[in-house]
Amino acid sequence: MTHDEIFAKVRATLVDALNVDDNEVTPTARLKGDLNAESIDFLDIVFRLERQFGFSIPREDLFPESIFQGDPKFVAGGKITEPGLVELQTRMPYADLTEFRKDPRLDKMEDLFTVDLIVNYLQSRVNAK
Amino acid sequence: MRWTWIDRFVAFEPKKSAVAVKNLSLAEDHFADHFPGFPVMPAPLILEGLAQTGGILVGHANDFEKNVVLAKMSGAKFHRETAPGEQLTYTAALLDLNDTGARVAGTVHAGGELVAEVEIMFAHVSPAQLPPGMPDSKFVFSGELAYLLKMAEAAAGQAAPPAAAP
Repeated sequence: MTHDEIFAKVRATLVDALNVDDNEVTPTARLKGDLNAESIDFLDIVFRLERQFGFSIPREDLFPESIFQGDPKFVAGGKITEPGLVELQTRMPYADLTEFRKDPRLDKMEDLFTVDLIVNYLQSRVNAK
Repeated sequence: MRWTWIDRFVAFEPKKSAVAVKNLSLAEDHFADHFPGFPVMPAPLILEGLAQTGGILVGHANDFEKNVVLAKMSGAKFHRETAPGEQLTYTAALLDLNDTGARVAGTVHAGGELVAEVEIMFAHVSPAQLPPGMPDSKFVFSGELAYLLKMAEAAAGQAAPPAAAP
């Protein structure tokens, strides 16, 4: 399956799950910030992707919920520390941290959940088959 | 008023589907206001009945060990109104089920006609996720639902009699 084919499937899934228009689902669209996903929608998205792709997707793989648990080594003053960023990249290997590194505020972490993140994750799963 | 929006189960296939019926009676209070002189079953209450049908199906899949909470409804369509005297048939079919929750496809029929359809998502809520002050770790499948559960089990028994009966 090509990257474009995966993107098309992800787009169809998000259109159904989030009730958004086709053209709103761009590779860089943020699930919460741009597509107005709520936390419960993440569960819905995982269900639908599992059905679309025919394999199970542990929620923590795609949308890890509590990476830092308030650990002061990883978070200080509302910002993610350098060791925290390393941990984050390990836990979310499919996320693009380039922008986030410039201002790694904990409350901006949800911006990492983009359409691209889903597509990249699925691509790696499909390739591994 | 009791918050039970199905009357009984008529079929129950564990982890697959559940069918319940709801008889609409003019004695139900909501018909007086919805609407005066023109009683129509409120659409949200139809969805509630369908969610109770599907919720019990999902709860049964884990022997009612998990709290099942209505999380999301999508693609709800209503095809016609229903009135006192009619019987609604709620059908819930399990689409997906895992540790975190479940999805159910629901339809409502009356007199052989499709009245409504919707997709329902349920979340499993663990005791740790409950708001503070909730006394019971199991708060969904208790009280009146217990009666409906017995009806569901009876319906399941009818649908699938033990194969090895002597």
